[in-house]
Amino acid sequence: MLDAIKKLIWPIAALVFLLVINAISNPALFSLKIVDGQLTGSLVDILDRAAPVLLISLGMTLVIATAGIDLSVGSVMSISGAVAAVLLIQTDWALPYVLIVSLLICTMAGIWNGILIAYIGIQPIVATLILMVAGRGIAQLVSDGQIITIPEGSTFAFIGSGCFLGLPVTITISVIAIITTITIVRYTSLGLFIEAIGGNEKASYYSGLNVRTIRIFVYTFTAFCAGIAGIIYAADITAADSNNAGLYLELDAILAVVIGGTSLMGGRFNIVGTIIGVLIIQTLNTTILMTQVGGHNIPAEWNLIIKSIVVLIVCLLQSNILAHLKFSRRAIA
Amino acid sequence: MHGIVKTFPGVRALDTVQFKLRHGEVHSLMGENGAGKSTLIKVLTGVYRHEEGTILLNGKPISPRTPLEAQEQGISTVYQEVNLFPELSVAENIFIGREPKKFGLINWRKIIKKAREAMLRINIDIDVTLPARSYSVAIQQMITIARSIDFDAKILVLDEPTSSLDTAEVSQLFNVIRCLRDQGFGIVFVSHFLDQVYEISDRISVLRNGQFIGEYPISELPRMKLISKMIGKDALNTSDLTQHHKSRKNISNNQKIVLNGEHIGRRNSATDIDINIRKGEVVGLAGLLGSGRTEVANLLFGIDSIETGKITVNDKEVKSHSPRSAIKNKIAYTPENRKDAGIIPDLSIRENIILALQAHKGWIQPIRRNEQQRLSKHFIKALNIATTDAEKPISQLSGGNQQKVILARWLAIQPELLMLDEPTRGIDIGAKAEIEKLIADLCQKGMALLFISSELEEIVRDSHRVIVLKDRKKVGEISGDEIQLDRIMKIIASDSKKPVKKLINA
Repeated sequence: MLDAIKKLIWPIAALVFLLVINAISNPALFSLKIVDGQLTGSLVDILDRAAPVLLISLGMTLVIATAGIDLSVGSVMSISGAVAAVLLIQTDWALPYVLIVSLLICTMAGIWNGILIAYIGIQPIVATLILMVAGRGIAQLVSDGQIITIPEGSTFAFIGSGCFLGLPVTITISVIAIITTITIVRYTSLGLFIEAIGGNEKASYYSGLNVRTIRIFVYTFTAFCAGIAGIIYAADITAADSNNAGLYLELDAILAVVIGGTSLMGGRFNIVGTIIGVLIIQTLNTTILMTQVGGHNIPAEWNLIIKSIVVLIVCLLQSNILAHLKFSRRAIA
Repeated sequence: MHGIVKTFPGVRALDTVQFKLRHGEVHSLMGENGAGKSTLIKVLTGVYRHEEGTILLNGKPISPRTPLEAQEQGISTVYQEVNLFPELSVAENIFIGREPKKFGLINWRKIIKKAREAMLRINIDIDVTLPARSYSVAIQQMITIARSIDFDAKILVLDEPTSSLDTAEVSQLFNVIRCLRDQGFGIVFVSHFLDQVYEISDRISVLRNGQFIGEYPISELPRMKLISKMIGKDALNTSDLTQHHKSRKNISNNQKIVLNGEHIGRRNSATDIDINIRKGEVVGLAGLLGSGRTEVANLLFGIDSIETGKITVNDKEVKSHSPRSAIKNKIAYTPENRKDAGIIPDLSIRENIILALQAHKGWIQPIRRNEQQRLSKHFIKALNIATTDAEKPISQLSGGNQQKVILARWLAIQPELLMLDEPTRGIDIGAKAEIEKLIADLCQKGMALLFISSELEEIVRDSHRVIVLKDRKKVGEISGDEIQLDRIMKIIASDSKKPVKKLINA
C-alpha cells in the first residue's frame, strides 16, 4: 500500500502543479456555477470530457498489466458509435436494445483480439493493429462512409450531454466504471492472476493459471469499455463520425496508464494511478486551451507538443532517474 | 592455458586451472554443472578476463579482451544455440560484418564464391545463396562453423554443439570435426553426452569445482573413472556413506501407486519411459545433464503432452495434459529454473505462496485476506523462510528462500505427488539440508515424491528407488540397498548400445 502511494507521488504532484498554474493564470477555471440545476464550470468540463479516455484506460491498464497492449480501442469506439447510430436511425428498436447490440459487437471485437493473441500467438501490438485498421473500416462500412447525425434531445443524446444528480451523466458512467473495474480485479482473484501473468507468464502457467482465458478476458473487457466510450462520444456530438471517433485515443489511454505507474513490461498495475493519469492528460488539454500568455491564447497547434513535454517530464520523474542523479551527486560529495 | 584464476563475487570460479590443446586434436572438457567449463571457455574466447595465469598461443602470450579479439587471434567459438540470421542467405551469414568490397560496394560474386569455398572446406556442398533457415539445424550449425573457421582460426571451441541434433546429424557434424582436426585445428569439445565424447575425443581434461583434476588420453580413462573424477567421489568408497539411511529404504509394494506412466514419450523429449511412484515413496531420477530428467517431469506434469504411452493417476487415466489438470490430480511440480518458471518477481511472498491454490480454486472465489495471511505465516514458519514480512516482493529473498516459497506454493495445494526438479540448485548448504529434511518429512506423512538432482549423493541419500536416465531413455532402475553411488555411475557409464537388462544384473 505504501509502495502504491509512493509511486503515485509524482503523478499527483503533476496534477496539482497543473491546477496551480491554472489557478494563477486563469482563475476562471475554478469557478463553478449552477445553471438549470446542473453544476457547470471548467473542472466539471474536464471530468465530463475525460470520460471516454477514462473508460478506455481502465481496460488498457489490465491489458498492459499482462504485458500486452491494445491499439484497437479507438477503432472499436468508432464501431460502437456507428452501429448505435445506424440502429437508432434506420430501425425502430428501443434504446436499450441498440446499446446492448452495439456493446455486444464491441465485445466480440475484443474476443477476436484475445483469440489472435492467446491462441494464435500473434504479438499483441500486431494483433490489435489489425483491428485498429480494420475496425475503422468496419465502422465506415456500417455508416456507409457518412457522418450519421442523431436528433438532439433524444434519449441517446442524454447519455452524452444529459445531467444526473446535478452532474453530467458521463461522470456517473465513469464512476460506475471505476467501481466496477476495481471490484472485478480486487474483490476476485483476477487482479492477482493478471499481475502474475504479466510478471512471469511461464511460472503462472506452471502454477495452473488459465493464461489464455485471462488474456482473452482483458482484451474483451477493454473492447467493452471502448464500446461504452464510443457511445458516449457519439451521444455527445450527436453524430457517428467513423473517421474521427476515438482517433488517437489509444495513445492517450496508453499514456494515462504509463503516467499512472503501470509498467509496459507488465506486472503490478494501479487503477488509481491510471485515473490520475487520465485527469492529468485532460487537465492539460483544457489548460492549454484556456491559458493566456500575454493576453493571447496559446495557439492550438502547440497543444500536442506541450502535452508530450509534460508527459515526458512525468515519466522521467517517475523512473527515478532524477532520484539516482541526486543520489550519485551526493555520493561524490 | 596455465594457472588460470577467475573469481566472481564470493566464488573462485577457476582456481589455477590449466588446459593444453595441441594441433590436430579433439580435446574434451568435462565436468559437472558449475565445475568451471564454461568459465574457462569464456576466458579463452575473451568473454571474461582472467585475473592470474597466462594463455599461450603457439608460444606467444595472448590476452583476448573481447570475443572479436580472440577471433582475430584465431580462437573461434560455436555455441549451443545457432547464432544465424535465419532470413539472410548462407553466404551473407558467413560474411556478415566483413563483406569484401569493391569500389566501396559489396562484391557479391566474391562473397558467394568464398562462402562456397568455406563450406567445401568442411565437405559440405550446399547452395549458399539460399536463406539459412532453409537448412536443417545441423547444417546451420556447420554454417556457423564455416563462418568461424573462415577467420583463419587455429582453435575451434564447440560448446554443446550436439544438444539439438539427431543421431544422423551428429555423425555428420563429427565428420566435419574430424575433417578439421586432420587440417591441423585444435578443437575443444564440450558435451554432456558421454558416448559422443568417447566417440570423437583424443584427450579429456576434467574440471571439478573450479579446479583442474587432470588430463588424460581417451584410452587411459574408462567411463567409470571419468565419472568418479567428475563427481569427485571414489566410486568404491561411497557405499558406507549411505548405509545409515538404508533403514527407511523399504517401501512395501502394497502401498498405493499414485502415478503410473507406461511407455510415455514425445518427439524431442524423453522416449519410452516407464515410471511409477507409490504413496510415501521418494523416487529419484538420476542421470547426467541432458539425460532427460526434466523432460520426464515435464511430461508427467503435462507441460509437454505425451505422444506415446499413457499416464494414470490413482488408477484413472489422464486424458488432458496441462499443468491445470495435473494440479487437479493433486500433482505439484517445482521446476528446475526458479527464475524462469518459478517465482513471479513483482509479487509478494504471500501472493507467490497462494498463487497455485488460488488458481486451483478459480478466480471467482478469492481466498480471504486473513486466510492468505495465515497460510503465508504458517509456511514462513514451517519452512523457515528468512523474511521479516510476507508482503515483501519475492525477488528480494535469497535463492534458497525463494525456493522455499515455491515449495510453499505447492504444499499449499496439499499435493499427493510432489515433483522437485533440482530443488537444491544454487542455494546454500544450510537451505539444502533443510530441503532434504523436508523431503524426508513429507514422504513420512505419505506424500509421493519425485526427486531430480544432478547431485547423485542427494539422490542416493533421499530416494527409496532410483530411475537412471541416459540419452533421454531409461537405462536402469534400482531400489533398496542397491542404491549406491557406484551402482548409479556404473549404469550411466555403461555403453548405451548394450541391452538394459544386462546392465542391471551385471
